[in-house]
Amino acid sequence: MENRGITFGYGFLSQESSFDVQFSLIEFDGSHSYFRAYLVGLLNTILVSVIGIIFATIIGIVVGIARLSNNYLIKRTAAVYVEFFRNIPLLLQIFFWYFAALRALPLPQDAEPMFGVFFLTIKGFFVPAFVWNNLDIFIYSLIAAVISIIFIRIYARKKQEKDGVQTPVLSISIGLLLILPILSFLFGGVDTSIEVPVIKQLSQSGFTYEGGIKLPPELISLALALSLYTATFIAECVRAGVQGVSKGQKEAAASIGLTPNQVLKLVVMPQALRIIIPPTTNQYLNLTKNSSLAAAIAYPDLVLVFAGTALMQTGRAIEIVSITMLTYLSLSISISIFMNWYNKKIAIKEK
Amino acid sequence: MNKLNFLQPDKNNLYSYLFTGVILVSLSIFIVFLNSFFSLDLLSFLPGTISFFLPLIIGFMGLHLIRIEYSGLKFLDVVNKNINTNSFNAFLSLLIIFVVIKSLPPLLSWFILDASIAGDSKDVCTGTGACWTYIKIWFNRFMYGMYPNAEQWRINLSFIALAFLGTIGFFATEKFKKYLTLYYVVVYPIIAFFFIFFFISGGPIFFDFSYGIIAAVLSIIIGFFIPPKFKMYYFIIVPITLYILLKYVFFYEELIELGKLEALEWVETGAWGGLSLTFIVSFFCLIFCFPIGLFLSLGRRSDFPIIKYISIGMIEFWRGVPLITVLFMSSVMFPMFLPEDMFIDKLVRVIIAISLFEAAYVAEVIRGGLQALPRGQYDAAKSLGMGYWKMHILVILPQALKLVIPGIANTFLALVKDTPLIFVVGLLEIVGMLNLAKTNPEWLGFAMEGYVFASVLFFIICYAMSKYSYNLEQKYKTER
Repeated sequence: MENRGITFGYGFLSQESSFDVQFSLIEFDGSHSYFRAYLVGLLNTILVSVIGIIFATIIGIVVGIARLSNNYLIKRTAAVYVEFFRNIPLLLQIFFWYFAALRALPLPQDAEPMFGVFFLTIKGFFVPAFVWNNLDIFIYSLIAAVISIIFIRIYARKKQEKDGVQTPVLSISIGLLLILPILSFLFGGVDTSIEVPVIKQLSQSGFTYEGGIKLPPELISLALALSLYTATFIAECVRAGVQGVSKGQKEAAASIGLTPNQVLKLVVMPQALRIIIPPTTNQYLNLTKNSSLAAAIAYPDLVLVFAGTALMQTGRAIEIVSITMLTYLSLSISISIFMNWYNKKIAIKEK
Repeated sequence: MNKLNFLQPDKNNLYSYLFTGVILVSLSIFIVFLNSFFSLDLLSFLPGTISFFLPLIIGFMGLHLIRIEYSGLKFLDVVNKNINTNSFNAFLSLLIIFVVIKSLPPLLSWFILDASIAGDSKDVCTGTGACWTYIKIWFNRFMYGMYPNAEQWRINLSFIALAFLGTIGFFATEKFKKYLTLYYVVVYPIIAFFFIFFFISGGPIFFDFSYGIIAAVLSIIIGFFIPPKFKMYYFIIVPITLYILLKYVFFYEELIELGKLEALEWVETGAWGGLSLTFIVSFFCLIFCFPIGLFLSLGRRSDFPIIKYISIGMIEFWRGVPLITVLFMSSVMFPMFLPEDMFIDKLVRVIIAISLFEAAYVAEVIRGGLQALPRGQYDAAKSLGMGYWKMHILVILPQALKLVIPGIANTFLALVKDTPLIFVVGLLEIVGMLNLAKTNPEWLGFAMEGYVFASVLFFIICYAMSKYSYNLEQKYKTER
């Protein structure tokens, strides 16, 4: 290394980076430091992972349950979906959505509004944004609701252990989550208005939208591909979990007089979740790691911004690649430590 | 005649209900069919939303009427049981049928009816369908990358020969069955490497490692005359000695001269590409990652703390980072740690990186199988006086590996699907070639055809692999 004239050190992180990033959640331009570029990339990675995880979970649960349906058509449709999307490389799917499917969208000036306020164009998806007054009070009200729900749950459990009386925790929770924010609107001075994107002419033939939030096509195609691909694996986890609960458990629960809802809530779900959650967490982790494929379609995630642009500019390969790898490594190791703890906690305690 | 109650169909008036129901269902399907295939709207006299939902409502009513349990008609019972158990299921079934009918015409027209395949330039692609001409013209590139056209018979020949050699296992007689594992694990990969090195790459006939081959061949020949008692030591010591002697003492100059005789034109790895590169990379990574993963998984359960923690560190490291950064590291960082005159080929670096990466996943899968075995198996093997290796080879691993066939197959599938990532280091397998072809100014705008083509190829490969693993699993399934 030395005879190639390479020095080692992390001092460059505070230097001024002189590049710009297309899409970032925090303010960033050439005058900010390389460390801030790292943060921009990290936040973009987290953003696409969270979106992907939410959609993959929803699709995965629906498809997983559909695969267990007694309706032949639904079962086959779900199976075809799983087999098809699971057997095609993720990179190919990302390219497909980005270069083929989303390129067929209309230009901004030709776009038809969906429900009057959403605009799906070749330049991205434009959605209305909320403009908040006193956002902090609203958030406090939500936090207060969550804390009181936790206390109510603890109280309900104690009460059930003592008297055997069940408290309707779920409806109380939903009520609290609705009522407290509404109160904050009525009395806390919280106010919100919706900002609809409006078309604006840039040049002779260049149009764009102003106001609202712009989701770039890179983000959409990446999130779409990640969630459709990962959902197939989650669907299989869900199916295995539900199938793993033996029929006798359901029959036994029904025979001691539990209602179908209680059977699902108290007997089937706790056992199924024990099977479902560990592999599903693994899939979430895979999704987060797969989001680094963003570099292939120029979505500015950690790998592209930091291990790509910043590396090219500073030439500090070892430092930058090691920081990038450490970031992913610490993420996955912390999750696997959590999973080991969780597995121990939910494992069947045999006497 | 009994009273007809259309809200509660029963068995007494079976044929009346059946007749009305079937007519209603057929009518609804017919309406959607006409609408979708011939763009005839029978319900155009109705307002938009109603004409859109009416087929659904008609079909739903029809399915409701034929939902009669234990009707005695076998076909009806099968239909009811499978698609028509309750209102919700009936609704979803109808929806799926309609969506399929609706989406068939556009798909058919894009794939076949309006597609063009004749001709050999972009001009023939004027229709609204797919332009398969694009695939036809670029087919060679998608299969062989930048490999020179005149030399492509070398790839074909190697692959056919290897495929043939791979099927030997099916024809082996009982006498040779016990050598099959050795053949597939050791001999076949070496043959494959020779094919790829000498044939596809066109490497010099003698180069540095040809000393190794000569040493190996000589030592095998001498090996026949050595008493079996010393064979174990012999096969470790003699080849190494021969290798050193050959390289540094005897024929040094002569062999170098021989090495300059090149039989075939040299094609550098940068020019390889397309589907053949996908196969080459997956093949070698599959071969390397399995033994590495096996040793890592054994190491993780080892009693020696050093081996154990090194294995844990390796596994957790490779599992924790994304493959793209590993490849990045192999292309950017790795060369910095090498001596300046040393150069390792891009393809070799990629294969090493992917193998290590997937080996960590294989290791975790195999560990699952090892943990699933009851302690009694270990104790029984030990009580028979078996040592560590004997116990693992004869008792533990055969059972453990059998248990984890699905997991290993999944890892291998993931490996095949990960090969497109080698675009990071500039190697273009089929997905990379597609992206290259897409930017060709003469062939702009055919991205969709290319991606569909590659998707179908990958789907066939991966689906076949997963079905094969399922068969394997069934074959080795034993009652426990």
